[in-house]
Amino acid sequence: MARMTMIEAVRSAMDVSMERDDDVVVFGEDVGYFGGVFRCTQGLQAKYGKTRCFDAPISESGIVGTAIGMAAYGLKPCVEIQFADYMYPAYDQITQEAARIRYRSNGDFTCPIVLRMPTGGGIFGGQTHSQSPEALFTHVCGLKVVVPSNPYDAKGLLIASIEDPDPVMFLEPKRLYNGPFDGHHDRPVTPWSKHDLGEVPEGHYSIPIGKAEIRRPGSAVTVIAYGTMVHVALAAAEEMNIDAEVIDLRSLLPLDLDTIVQSVTKTGRCVVVHEATLTSGYGAELTALVQEHCFYHLEAPVVRVTGWDTPYPHAQEWDYFPGPGRVGRALAEVMEA
Amino acid sequence: MTEFPQLSLHVPEPAVRPGGMPDFSNVNIAKAGSVPRPEVDAASEDIRDLAYSIIRVLNRDGEAVGPWAGLLSDEELLTGLRNMMRLRAFDARMLMAQRQGKTSFYMQHLGEEAVSCAFRKALKKGDMNFPTYRQAGLLIADDYPMVEMMNQIFSNEKDPLRGRQLPIMYSSKEHGFFTISGNLATQYVQAVGWAMASAIKNDTKIAAAWIGDGSTAESDFHSALVFASTYKAPVILNIVNNQWAISTFQGIARGGSGTFAARGLGFGIPALRVDGNDYLAVYAVSLWATERARRNLGPTLIEYVTYRVGGHSSSDDPSAYRPKTESEAWPLGDPVLRLKKHLIVRGVWSEERHVQAEAEILDEVIQAQKEAETHGTLHAGGKPSVRDIFEGVYAEMPPHIRRQRQKAGY
Repeated sequence: MARMTMIEAVRSAMDVSMERDDDVVVFGEDVGYFGGVFRCTQGLQAKYGKTRCFDAPISESGIVGTAIGMAAYGLKPCVEIQFADYMYPAYDQITQEAARIRYRSNGDFTCPIVLRMPTGGGIFGGQTHSQSPEALFTHVCGLKVVVPSNPYDAKGLLIASIEDPDPVMFLEPKRLYNGPFDGHHDRPVTPWSKHDLGEVPEGHYSIPIGKAEIRRPGSAVTVIAYGTMVHVALAAAEEMNIDAEVIDLRSLLPLDLDTIVQSVTKTGRCVVVHEATLTSGYGAELTALVQEHCFYHLEAPVVRVTGWDTPYPHAQEWDYFPGPGRVGRALAEVMEA
Repeated sequence: MTEFPQLSLHVPEPAVRPGGMPDFSNVNIAKAGSVPRPEVDAASEDIRDLAYSIIRVLNRDGEAVGPWAGLLSDEELLTGLRNMMRLRAFDARMLMAQRQGKTSFYMQHLGEEAVSCAFRKALKKGDMNFPTYRQAGLLIADDYPMVEMMNQIFSNEKDPLRGRQLPIMYSSKEHGFFTISGNLATQYVQAVGWAMASAIKNDTKIAAAWIGDGSTAESDFHSALVFASTYKAPVILNIVNNQWAISTFQGIARGGSGTFAARGLGFGIPALRVDGNDYLAVYAVSLWATERARRNLGPTLIEYVTYRVGGHSSSDDPSAYRPKTESEAWPLGDPVLRLKKHLIVRGVWSEERHVQAEAEILDEVIQAQKEAETHGTLHAGGKPSVRDIFEGVYAEMPPHIRRQRQKAGY
């Protein structure tokens, strides 16, 4: 075991995978010699050579398009989109190509690629470095969508994603890279080295895609969250002193519906939290599923706490980010209903 | 008052519209045999002229002339002719089948048969094409079974793609034919990635990318050229310029550039322009490009100058946007007739044998169609299962899709 930040955990996952399998290649903007703007690929080019870890032109459609071709050949590309906000030029390649190659060719060709992308806000990144586009992926059949909330999961899930036979969108909440940020932006963040989930095995292990984890057991209300919002929800539950059960989805597609249904059936109340905008967000899907499967157990309407339906602002970051205050008020609202 | 006039927008127009006299005087045709054949390691900047001329081998008298001639034996040329005739006969029958309601949609190659048939000959087993919808000659010339193609077109119970894809969007890894998307230009850059993978693995296989004149306007085309140029990928970047993108003439995508081939020059990619209706020229240029790729010299861009004689698809009526007689005026002639004439000039073919071959080929196609139809057509007979809708979205079916399949009653 070693203490790792989420950056180190992600890097370790690629390192372990490249060590075990010569077909794993890593590329993207600035990922080669420099090691990526968040340093997630630091040292990989020096260790594995520049034909297995290299810099790409600033062309996301080119990065994803070539990765698809490499996967068709038999490689397992794990590429970095520098910010999730930059994935739009590649969206055609992701949705109409990567997601459908297995289906349309009846398995004649497949597309085992991983697209890693830093997601979410909290770093004063403004409109183009703060977005959470996960719902644009969960709406696409043929993709898998993973959002880890801590170093241990990040490594195990990234290894599972690289080994997965289908395309995986791996969204890394960038505000969690260095610590379990709980939304209290005015307080210092505890480093991962002081957190249980910062303890990460150095070797190979994987966490199955499609399994949620209960981060805080409780009986009064279920909070469904993923990524940064897991830590915000945990803080809100503590601060409001509410016996909330906090579910960390870890993967959005496929979704661990059983864990959700078991929890909400038990608590009868549910709050869905995400950083992305509200309308047609992934929370809408979660809310619909909860009412379809738990309607007769519900004591109160399901409440969503999300980013506002506006572009991500710069100066007003903390009025936009759904922090523990807003989540706490939603918990109280659901408990009173 | 300004010293400059008011601005005005330039919208290119084709030379002629329906009702007018076809006019290809703007197509500058080089004399057969006149374009030099450089060494395969020539630098892009030293062979710029080849992006603006047209490499041709067959002259008006049916003779093969010049430095690009002499690469194929009579026997190989006879096979080439036969493959083009098979593709043409296949198209005619399938277009008829579409009109008869046996499938929803069809796209033919009429006038463009030489491009994919001759190119296939320059490839080896294991190489990979990333084709568009008008390169079925890659399959025909590789002896992919016609029955399989028809099963796919009819979406019947033996459809290798289980009814999931539009007709003619074939897939065959075994025959070096990547699954056709139906989306445009996306596969151009994928071919570059496949070629990069081959180079990463120190393999010997090469890739071929395919695109039409219209789709070169897509950003994926540009991405593909950047990546191919940067990493010197062993890929052939093929542009089939058949003059028409549905109803839009090639000038709309080409803009102010002299030729599509010239697009490669800015990337330092050697670019050749070839008579796409000349089987010998297409083969010679393809071989030159594949040799470059195999010798790790990097990508080559080829523009095939040809003409789409038929409609864009079975849903298209070209008489609405171009003169009906335009194809007859096309100055590069018909690829089948030109190769036929060459073989007759060489004394290895005759009108009689051609007619006989046409009958044999028609019989081959009819037999294949009969067999395919025993497995069903789009609206009659055997068809893929409803279960096939739900299978194969992922390697392993996730619970939510399983629930939906059960809901559908399967």
